[in-house]
This record gives sequence, structure tokens and C-alpha cells, in this order.
Amino acid sequence: MIAELGLAALWLAAALAGLQLIAGVQSVRQPDGPLASLARPAAVIQGVLAAFAFLMLLWLFAQTDLSVKLVAANSHSAKPMIFKLSGAWGNHEGSMLLWVTVMALAGGLIGYLERRLPEVTMQATLATQAFVGLGFYAFLLLSSNPFERLATPVAEGMGLNPLLQDIGLAFHPPTLYFGYVGLSVAFSFALGALLTRQVTPNFARAMRPWVLGAWIFLTLGITAGSYWAYYELGWGGWWFWDPVENASLMPWLAATALLHSVSVLAARDALRAWTIMLGVVAFSMSMMGTFLVRSGVLTSVHAFAVDPERGTFILVLLGIYIGGALTIFALRAGTVQEGERFTATSREGALVFNNVMLSAILAVVLVGTLYPLLTEAFGIRVSVGPPYFNPVAAIFTLPMLAVMAVGPLLRWRRDGAKRISKPAVFLTICVLLVAVLVTYLSNASLLAILGLAFAAALAVGSLLPLRGRNLLRTPLATWGMVTAHFGIAVALFGMASESAFSIEKLVAARPGDMTEVGPWKITLDGIEPVAGPNWTALQADLRASYKGGSAITLQPQSRTFWSPERETAESALAARWNGQLYAVMGSGIEDGRRQLRLWWKPFVPMIWFGGILVALGGFLSLIGRLTADLKRHYVRRRSAERREDAQV
Amino acid sequence: MIRRWYLWLPLLAFVGFVVLVTSGLMRPMEREVVSRMVGKPIPGFALKPAISELPGLSSADLEDGRPKLMNIWASWCLPCIAEAPQLEALKAGGAEIVGVAIRDKPEDVARFLAQNGNPYSRIGADDLSAVQLEIGSSGVPETFVVDGDGIITYQHIGDVRAEHVPMLLEKLEDAAQ
Repeated sequence: MIAELGLAALWLAAALAGLQLIAGVQSVRQPDGPLASLARPAAVIQGVLAAFAFLMLLWLFAQTDLSVKLVAANSHSAKPMIFKLSGAWGNHEGSMLLWVTVMALAGGLIGYLERRLPEVTMQATLATQAFVGLGFYAFLLLSSNPFERLATPVAEGMGLNPLLQDIGLAFHPPTLYFGYVGLSVAFSFALGALLTRQVTPNFARAMRPWVLGAWIFLTLGITAGSYWAYYELGWGGWWFWDPVENASLMPWLAATALLHSVSVLAARDALRAWTIMLGVVAFSMSMMGTFLVRSGVLTSVHAFAVDPERGTFILVLLGIYIGGALTIFALRAGTVQEGERFTATSREGALVFNNVMLSAILAVVLVGTLYPLLTEAFGIRVSVGPPYFNPVAAIFTLPMLAVMAVGPLLRWRRDGAKRISKPAVFLTICVLLVAVLVTYLSNASLLAILGLAFAAALAVGSLLPLRGRNLLRTPLATWGMVTAHFGIAVALFGMASESAFSIEKLVAARPGDMTEVGPWKITLDGIEPVAGPNWTALQADLRASYKGGSAITLQPQSRTFWSPERETAESALAARWNGQLYAVMGSGIEDGRRQLRLWWKPFVPMIWFGGILVALGGFLSLIGRLTADLKRHYVRRRSAERREDAQV
Repeated sequence: MIRRWYLWLPLLAFVGFVVLVTSGLMRPMEREVVSRMVGKPIPGFALKPAISELPGLSSADLEDGRPKLMNIWASWCLPCIAEAPQLEALKAGGAEIVGVAIRDKPEDVARFLAQNGNPYSRIGADDLSAVQLEIGSSGVPETFVVDGDGIITYQHIGDVRAEHVPMLLEKLEDAAQ
């Protein structure tokens, strides 16, 4: 019954999306037509229905209703409740439903709230949103029905992939989806504005919160995903330039560029066509990422949910939406009036530079990700890895960081290079000093040295916009920018430090053996079996002491899940303010010794701490923008009321 | 107004992408990389030594008339450690084993061999997985049986367990005939 209710709600939601599309298109052509008032309510009801369908799926998973195919295939009655629930979206069908739900809710929200834009632009935006939504409904209902029943219920579920049974991962995909959906809204706004020739600062203001929101979620998603790969896969690395990781990085790069260009459009009415282009590109990248991950065209270490048929479906959607949008862009962008002008040394100039560099990095990642596919077409197999990505991306990243450190000091429209020459010289000295110091004190690679030097300069530079300001009266959006830029410096410092100063040790140890890793002394006290709800494990008891201090215990495990049967290594971490000790237990050797892999990674947590700071910066900025919007809305209403009162 | 041709470039790039991935989707999926190279000659390559104590590995070394086991491994790979005793057993059983170290560093290789024993007569350093991909291997460890003329006769995926040792020795013997 529950499953049928969910399915019915989903079909109804799809029908409403159809209605929303027709009503939107009709009222763009004929603003006073009979359907003009329908698109907004249709969007709201569609959102409610989709949310209802998703709640039904959650309900089925909470109950472990094994007559439903999806539950039987992905859940298990012995699983902890939180993982039962996360199982609802830890698979292809459920995650697509989550996507559709969030998208419908976002559509409902703009339908209900957004009143700044000319109504015709809003109708076009809602129509685009419905058109994109319809494709996903079709995908869901025709080829990935999450509510499908089994002819005969099974006695027990098939479990969840043990690697995915992890709290971080339970929230990693939804975070990315929120980001993708935010970009889909930005896409709809961009097309709506382009189609109705309303590429204005007001359009940028309406679109900005969605871009910011999407960008915050993408930042958090990438940060969490990187941390997951770090401690769960047990390889000690935090980024592998794997196609799946690249698929999440590319939308982030595009969204970062869009975020900056939309600010230029909102503040200065410049970069009109470019912002539209980025709006299209950002959403293309998120769909393309989904396609690359799901279709299996690229072999990845974490290829899950691979299915060529579904890949084809996404590719068709991609072709319709992106191909269509780019065609409209090519036809229409020429008619977009040129925006305000500005000189090269100005805030706009710096932001344009940032945009160009981000686009170049995006191209580097895209080419590197697709290159194996290209050569395979000619029968050659290659693998593209860090030796390509790191240096080539650095070529564009370093100049971007340099401009990022001084750009926020520039004034809008036009400014003299003289005004920022003092801080620029100061920061250059900063870079040189750190570079020389690190080169002298360690044998770090060139990239790591540059990373450390630029991180230091950027950390200082990012704080400069606050100099001489009354901190209490500084707008939240400025605080947001400073925090995010500082976060980039912190993350960069973590990355460079990990690469420059990590110490790794591989030992075969018997209980009682002692070994040293950097400043740590580590003793293997013993190995004992332990049992969890759906796994058993061998657990090593490690006693670790930092520079002779009091000992802490680390317990890495070699786990065996029994449903489905699978072995995983659970790493153990000891975090200090200045780094992490990372321990993985390997397999046993016949003479009773056990493999232990130990790393001391100075300052490595800064990578994710920086990521969180970046997201926090976005959040501050979003709050700042939204409260400013609310205030403006309130003031406008008050003055309208006063005018009415005066007339009476 | 001159038509702005460059506005069509994004669409063109997108069409290129679609053509590329469509051709990728059309190609039969090679989930089983296993048998692709079996029966084929080993492609030409020459790898520099992974450590200074042992010579490197080139395709010519695999065409000297004697069948060999070619072990694809890495010091950073935990199953490779589990596999080490079995490689010793294979060596004791008369197999000549050559190694290809994937994305490795000389000092790590040396440490690995010091700890887990060295069954290899040669080890080539494959820093970019180039040779690994050429011979159709998709992970570490993998072990290939190569006959005296450099033809691959068998591919074993994953670590060599104790029960695989006699089977591999038999494959080697078959390759000798």
C-alpha cells in the first residue's frame, strides 16, 4: 500500500510538471492567457507530491518492507536504523528519487517566493525547470522505478555494500545532489533570462542564492568525499584524480566561476553573456558527472551503480538539455546587450581573470578525465593520473591564487595598480621567504614548496580586505568572502604539507614489537577478534606516544562483513592539532606477524578544515545576501503601504 | 551585425563530447580484461630497473626461450604482501619470476623485498602503469604466464593463494611444450 501510494504521488508529480511546462510556455507567448496563473501553483504542488513520494520510500526502508524489490536488494533487517534510512538513497533508484524530490522542492520554492523578476521571465524559468524535471521523472518512472514490488517477498534483504555503511557516506551523495539541484535552478534562471531577454542585475540577484547554496553543498560534498576516501579506502591518500572525483570537482569549478561572475553582474551589470554561459556549463558539468559515474564509460576505482542502459538514458537527457541550451545560447547570446565597461585593473578585471583561470582548470580536468576515452577509440589504453593533473592544473592555479590574494583590494570599474602595490610587494616577499625557508629546511617537491609559499601569502592576503574596517559594520558577505578565501589558503597548506612532510612506514609486527614513525613511538599490544552488528573483525591494539608523551590507543581493524561477504580495512586515526597518525592493518603473515601500515601526516586535517571554512564562508555570504534581500523587500512593502495610505 | 561564429563553439565542443561517449558506450564492455591478451605476443617495452641491485625488464627478456611468470605488483599493495610466500613457493618449484613494479619508488621496493623476500630475477619499474595497461592488466597483483617466445598463455588476477601454486606450475610446464 505504502509503495503504491508513493508511486501514485510520483506519477501525479510528473503530470504536474507537464502542466507547469505547458502553462509556462503558454504564458510566455501570451502573458494574459488563461494558463498564466497556473505555473506557480503547479510548481508548489509538484514539490509537495515529490516530497511525499520520497517520504514513502523512507518509510519502506525504515520498515524493511521486503516485498519491495529495492528494499530487498539494498537493506537488511539487522542493519542499524540510520543505515536503513540512508539505504533509501544509497542506490541508483532511490538516489534518483532524492534528486527529483529536491529539484521539485526547489521549483516549488521559486514558484512560491521569487517575485523580483518580470513575470514573463519567471514563467520561462519555471517552464525550463519543469522541462528538466520531466526528463528525470521519465527516467525514474520508465526505467528506475523505486517502488517496484517483488512477485514473492524474500525472507531477508541482501544488505548494503559494507563500504557504504558509513555515516560520512550516508550524507555524501545527498550533499552533492543538493548542489546539482541548485545548479539546475541556476540553469533554469539562465535560460529564462536569455529567452525573455532579461539578463539584468535583478536576474543575477535572483539566481545568486541558488548558486551560492549549490556551491556550499558541492564544497561540503567534495570535502566529505575526500575525507571518506582518506580514512575508509585505507590507501592514505586524500585525492586520486579518479573519474568519480573529477566528476564532482568539475561542477564545483564551474560553480565557483559562476558565483564570482554572478556577483559582477549583480553589482556592476557586466559579464552578461558570460554568466549565462557559465550557468549552462555548471549544470552540464553536474549532469555530465552523473553520466560518467553511472554509465561506466570510464573505469573508476569506485564505479558503483554502473549500467550502460541507464547511461544511455542520461546521455539522451544530456543531449536534449545541454544541446538545446547551447543552441539557444548560440542563437541568442549575440542579442544580449553588452554590459557596463571596466578597465583591466579593477575588481571586475581581477574577477574575469579568476574566471578565465577557473575555466582553464576545468578544461584541464575535463580533458584529463576524457582522454582515456579518446585514446581508447583508437585502440590505445592509457591512464591519466597525478603526473598530468598536478603540474598542469598548477600552471593555472598559481596565477589565480596570486590574483586572489590582491584582487579583493581593488575597486570596482577602474583602479590604479599603484594603490595595491604595497600589499602586492609585501605578499611577494611573503611567498619568497616561505619558499626559501621550506627549500632550505626540507626536501619537498617544487609543487609542495610553491603550495606552502602561496598558502602563506594567500592566508595573509585574504585578511587584508578587513584592514581599516569597523569589523562590526563589515557586511556579512565580505566576511563570507574573507572566510572562504582564507579557507582556500588553509586547505592548500594542508595539501602541500601532506605532500612535503608525510612519513610512511610499512612493518610486519608481532605483539610486543615497537616501531617509530616520525615523532611517534608505536607499540603493538595485541590482536583480538571483535564483533559488530553485521561484521566480525580482527582488531589491533596499538599504543602510540607522541615525543615520549602519554600513550593513546589506536585500533585499526580488518573487518569481515557477512552480508554480503566482504573484507574491508578500517583505518584508525589519532589527530593532534599538528597532524594525524594513520594506521591500517593488513593481512597476516604465516609466522604470526601482522602487516601494519603507518603514516604520520603533519597538518593533513587542514585540508578538510579548510574545505569546511570555504563552505562556512559561502554560508555567511548567503545569510548576508538573504537578509539584505529580505530587508529590501520589507522596505519596499512599507513604502508601498505608505503610498496607499497617503492616497486614502 | 556579423554573425558571431564563436558563440557556436560551446555547442560544437558538446557535440564532440557526445560523439566520443556514444562511441564509448557502443563499444562492447570489457569487464573481463582476462582473456584479451591470452594467446597474443607480449607488446614491446623496456622498463628501467626498479632497484639498482636487479636488472630492469624488457620484452626481449621474455623471448629468451624459457617460459616465465611475470608478476605485476607494487610495494604499496597489501595483497602483494600476502602473495609473497606463494611466489617464494613458486620459485622453489622451479619457476623463474620477473616483476613489474607499478607506480613505485626504489626505496619502497627495496624495503618491501627486504621484508618479504625477493623471488624475482628482474624487476622493471612501470611508473605510469603503461606496460600494465598494454598487457591488459587492470590491478595489482596479477600474474601472467609467458612462454619462451613471449606469448602470454595465462593470466591470473588477484593474489596467488596457496591453492593456486600447483596450477601455476602446471601452466608453466604447459607453456614450455
